[in-house]
Amino acid sequence: MRIAVASGKGGTGKTTVAAAMAQALGECTFLDLDVEAPNAYIFIKPEILGRETARIMTPEVDESKCIACAECSRVCRFNAIAALGTVVVVFPELCHGCGACEMICEPGAISAGFREIGVMEWGKAGGIDFYNARLRVSEPMSPPLIRALKEKPESWKETVILDCPPGTTCPMLEAVRGSDFCVLVTEPTPFGLHDLEMAADALAELGIPSGVVVNRAGLGDARVHEFCRERGLEVMLEIPNDRRIAELYASGSGLLESVPEMADSMKKLVRKISGRRAA
Amino acid sequence: MKVCITSQGRDLSAQLDPRFGRAAAFIIVDTDGGDFQVVDNKQNLQAAQGAGIQAAQTVAGTGVKVVITGHCGPKAYRTLAAAGVKIYSGASGTVAEALEAFKAGKLSDTGGPDVEGHW
Repeated sequence: MRIAVASGKGGTGKTTVAAAMAQALGECTFLDLDVEAPNAYIFIKPEILGRETARIMTPEVDESKCIACAECSRVCRFNAIAALGTVVVVFPELCHGCGACEMICEPGAISAGFREIGVMEWGKAGGIDFYNARLRVSEPMSPPLIRALKEKPESWKETVILDCPPGTTCPMLEAVRGSDFCVLVTEPTPFGLHDLEMAADALAELGIPSGVVVNRAGLGDARVHEFCRERGLEVMLEIPNDRRIAELYASGSGLLESVPEMADSMKKLVRKISGRRAA
Repeated sequence: MKVCITSQGRDLSAQLDPRFGRAAAFIIVDTDGGDFQVVDNKQNLQAAQGAGIQAAQTVAGTGVKVVITGHCGPKAYRTLAAAGVKIYSGASGTVAEALEAFKAGKLSDTGGPDVEGHW
């Protein structure tokens, strides 16, 4: 079972919840897919056992073979390749690495070059198989790295937890894609609600069932709960707005270290999710 | 010699469009005969990225030797330069006025992009 943890709004507690779920279970595969700001390692504290540079394909052109058909430029949806007669100009920073130009080039003038997009790491923390990746500084696109990290594990534990990037744009969609369930972590504030609505809409479009964890419960107002009721989204867990949790978080302690009794709630959350899936 | 002037409209009396990649249209003028044709750039106005690259490719495909515009960014410049097209930026007024300024030698070859991308 693949459980994604996403939010819409940043800073609602995705990593806090995802790491606590993993630690409460003890046995799982954990992927930190927030490759622009990976921080789950701080709480899970894995021993890093391996490291690999991730690359995407970018075209390399042999102009001596070019027949000036300009098909490469026509097929590129990202305007990353310009064909001017047999002079072909490539803009690697715009290239998404789809490989269409290489495929369509009749005379085989385009071959696969590579651009480094980041570094993937993996390791273990007890029964947790841990994976994360860090986007190369100045690399504008994170989805290819998210995809690469999701393809990295050679074996998977029964439960897989995906700590997803914030927002509802390509990185988040790439991260949640293929999940059996998505936990949306929100806070009961107008900002939390605004982005929860967008995230819930995105998941509905993708056909991924979802439920809500309200973090910092007691803060703000009741509109998140009202929204969940209207939309038929189950509020599966509430984490109280407790200064103790924030203080310990700031010093690098996870939720289960500051509130050990939360372990039961996290196990119950996973049971609810697997129950929802079976139903 | 064929030159291209970025334009907000479809004839010589239209205002020059200061943008290159997202110009409304390109007016291609033959400086010898004075005939002109209009090349649309509508498809690029909504491009998510690389409008300058696409526009440069369109313009280069018409066989012009010179582009007269307001500003030209780095990717458009690189593409035009690869096609051997010279860029005269800093032009303003109507398309006809820009053309006269070019003919009178009042505009000069920019020799590089004069703005950042996405200006």
